[in-house]
Amino acid sequence: MKLLGKLDWSAIPFDQPIPLAAGALVIVVILGVVALIFAKGWAPYIWNEWICSVDHKRIGVMYCSLAMVMLVRGFIDALMMRTQQSVAFHSGGYLPPEHYDQIFSAHGTIMIFFVAMPFVIGLMNFVVPLQLGVRDVAFPTLNSVALWLTAAGVLLVNMSLVVGEFSRVGWLPYPPLSELTYSPGVGVDYYCWALEISGIGTLAGGINLVTTILKMRAPGLSYTRMPIFCWTALASNLMIIAAFPVLTATLAMLLLDRYLGFHFFTNTMGGNQMMFMNLIWIWGHPEVYILVLPAFGVYSEVVSTFSGKPLFGYRSMIVATMAICIISFLVWLHHFFTMGPGGDVNGVFGIASMIIAVPTGVKIFNWLFTMYGGTVRFRVPMLWSIAFMITFVIGGMTGVMLAIPPADFILHNNLFLVAHFHNVIIPGVLFAAFAGYVYWFPKAFGFKLDEGWGKAAFWFWVIGFYLAFMPLYVMGLEGMPRRMQSYDVPQWQPWAHVATVGALSIMCGIACMVIQLVVSIRNREQLRDDYGDPWDGRTLEWITPSPPPEFNFAVMPNVTGEEAYWGLKEAAREQQRITRPVPEYEDLEMPRNSPTGFVCAFFAVMMGFALIWHIWWLLVLGFIGAYATLVVFAWRDLHERIIPKEEVARIDLENRARRNLALQEGRV
Amino acid sequence: MDIMASPPRRGRFRPPAAARVLGLVCLILMTGCREDSVFTPIGPVANGERLIILDSVVIMLAIVIPTILATVVVAWWFRASNRRAKRDPSFVYSGRVELVVWSIPALTILFLGSLAWISAHDLDPAKPLKSNVQPLDVEVVAMDWKWLFIYPTQGVATINRLVAPTGTPLRMHLTSATVMNTLFAPEVGSQIYVMNGMVGTMWWQVDRTGTYFGQSNMFSGDGFPGMRFEVAGVSPAQFDAWVAATRGRGPALDETGYRALLKQSSDLKPYAYGSVAPGLFDAIVQQKLPPGEGPVQAGNKNPFVRPVRSP
Repeated sequence: MKLLGKLDWSAIPFDQPIPLAAGALVIVVILGVVALIFAKGWAPYIWNEWICSVDHKRIGVMYCSLAMVMLVRGFIDALMMRTQQSVAFHSGGYLPPEHYDQIFSAHGTIMIFFVAMPFVIGLMNFVVPLQLGVRDVAFPTLNSVALWLTAAGVLLVNMSLVVGEFSRVGWLPYPPLSELTYSPGVGVDYYCWALEISGIGTLAGGINLVTTILKMRAPGLSYTRMPIFCWTALASNLMIIAAFPVLTATLAMLLLDRYLGFHFFTNTMGGNQMMFMNLIWIWGHPEVYILVLPAFGVYSEVVSTFSGKPLFGYRSMIVATMAICIISFLVWLHHFFTMGPGGDVNGVFGIASMIIAVPTGVKIFNWLFTMYGGTVRFRVPMLWSIAFMITFVIGGMTGVMLAIPPADFILHNNLFLVAHFHNVIIPGVLFAAFAGYVYWFPKAFGFKLDEGWGKAAFWFWVIGFYLAFMPLYVMGLEGMPRRMQSYDVPQWQPWAHVATVGALSIMCGIACMVIQLVVSIRNREQLRDDYGDPWDGRTLEWITPSPPPEFNFAVMPNVTGEEAYWGLKEAAREQQRITRPVPEYEDLEMPRNSPTGFVCAFFAVMMGFALIWHIWWLLVLGFIGAYATLVVFAWRDLHERIIPKEEVARIDLENRARRNLALQEGRV
Repeated sequence: MDIMASPPRRGRFRPPAAARVLGLVCLILMTGCREDSVFTPIGPVANGERLIILDSVVIMLAIVIPTILATVVVAWWFRASNRRAKRDPSFVYSGRVELVVWSIPALTILFLGSLAWISAHDLDPAKPLKSNVQPLDVEVVAMDWKWLFIYPTQGVATINRLVAPTGTPLRMHLTSATVMNTLFAPEVGSQIYVMNGMVGTMWWQVDRTGTYFGQSNMFSGDGFPGMRFEVAGVSPAQFDAWVAATRGRGPALDETGYRALLKQSSDLKPYAYGSVAPGLFDAIVQQKLPPGEGPVQAGNKNPFVRPVRSP
């Protein structure tokens, strides 16, 4: 037995300069950051206040930061794909198939699992407890474990850049291509283990948020008074609980095939590849709505705030949300109408898929009527929302087209499909993430983001989106399959060029966002949000100071109607001072920070790496380490630490003073 | 250089969203006029599918365009700086509006749902095409990375070239000797997945002579882009002549020939086999002939790390 299993020098891609250089750059950047942290003496702060933090706000910020870093990685993959397709007419382009195939697989995997998911989960983590008027989530340490397990998955995926290879079979590992016979390399193993580990994190996070929403709301905050973002978060996390175990189990079956010679999905010995497709899409279709429902929640908050009106048709929005939550589990078969199940089955699933467009359409109209009669302020989050409404209906339309089985027979698996899902996921999820990022940034950090650079980023992104993806519809109608490393049909190439220009525009958009962040940090004093309500908000998070203290609320807010904060603010405006009496402050018990999550994830990476490379002693070591961490955490003596009432009073009174001042100056 | 000389545009002008949608529609129509797309069908299947696509687009544009316009108009009219806009922050519920916003999408979907149900049956790939002409049997095998077309009645076979007599329904039975693929030619019509150990049925018909582009539409590995084939629409007389000229000449497709073909290769130029071992297709489906072996390593690289496709 070899000490390092399958790992040897052939794992390092010395013959491929691009991943090698990229990997080297990443390592240099990481080492640079670590060196800077130690040189500046920030290490104890980073370790105690962030890595070990169990504060839902910091965990939310870390989720979103992770997503943004991975957005850059996923986008570089996208740029390479677009430029490759621009030049690969009648030639091999600059990326050989074994590299190109990894790039599109990594792009899809990263964008869904490590950009969209952590961004949305991060926003929910940050916002939901604040909107519910509570001090933390139900299981704070589990929250930290969930974050770091996601980060473990990220690390494994990025490791594959320089050690071995990543999956070359697409973002979903359809067997038998993903079986050992046809993919003997370590790529599929990297994919599976990264998603097994991060999937457990996602499930833990889902359980946590569902429990929080169901059991921990502020007094008086009944279900029908809950902000719509909390409703969408509830729906989304219920779906995570129902769907993610299916993903984990399906990938586990594939891993059993690959590692222990089982035959769940193989060609031979009675394996059934169709079962994999059914199972993966029973997770995969709800996954789309896991992402898009919280995004709809963000849009609801933003449109309502920047129109100066409560959300139109609040109850109908709840019905629409929960309808989508349920119907989304009944449509998975539309991903493989072309498997030939016959007219009855295809018809039923086609119609079910279209039915989901009804509550979605209702939402669009409800946002429209929220703006109607309002006072619309075109700040950056609102611009993203309007761009979403316009763009998303086009994506919805092509989605309904694909839900008609005969149209799908001709459009399935070609670039029309690719254009469609980008046309729903980018405006539907990514624009919402950006809107939420700008909207809640001042709450998280105490200052607003620069408006000018934000608008520049917005226009580059939106124009880039249309330039990049409308040509893909055309190429799809011209019959171009997805995942083409090279082609020899001349009429596709001009459109590929247009799409590349679009990708370059999006690159400018990303650059503007980076500049926006830098400029805003430098100008933070001018952009300061001094009393905690920069957008004239309506929900409870805006009652807290920016950034909120660790305990969020000095006293639990007492909710007496819909839009809990708006009602208090109206009263305060009339009297030009805060009308709530100064409460009796008490000592607060907050959960202690804990390195459990980080240590768990460390051992999870160890186990994942050991499994990928068949280094069995390392696997045993990692398992012992992870188990020991659990034992140490379970037998801990100190659960909580006390925040003295003087500290609570100081923070709350200071915020009251700032608000009173702002009220008297008429700034609120 | 007229553009350079024209006066600058007025500063306030922005292309409204509707213009973008119209742009999309124009793009689609433009492709309709071009060669080689799903809008230049050469047979009844693609023709029916094209009609479905156009119908559904037109029906949906009827609500999508007004929705987009309404979004832009409402957002712009109720902008904070517009003094003429009548504000009504208490407008948060209206039974009538709710009725309308639920019924418009619902009615559209009711209509399109019926379209989906009927067309899913009419255009089911396995449904025989109505014709007075005797259908031609073709057996299709997806391999790494080429298409094998067997004409069992004629006893000939081709690689990467489907010769189709015009006006004749093709009754195709499809399977895979490797991973999942789909047989697809955009101008001819439907695609279905082909899987090892299973047989799919699909009907195609080519009505015009000419050569048309075809490709596997389902990613199947490193050699996938080279998995192209051509659909050669020929007159029935030419087809008979082609069969007569092919039969008995050139290589024979027996078990040895088939096993050689199983090795991974892509970008193969079309060629024909003059004879085919009887029952070859059934032997592949029943796995009496094994599926392809996947990548076989050339040189001394460790295949379990980063396999490279065989040359």
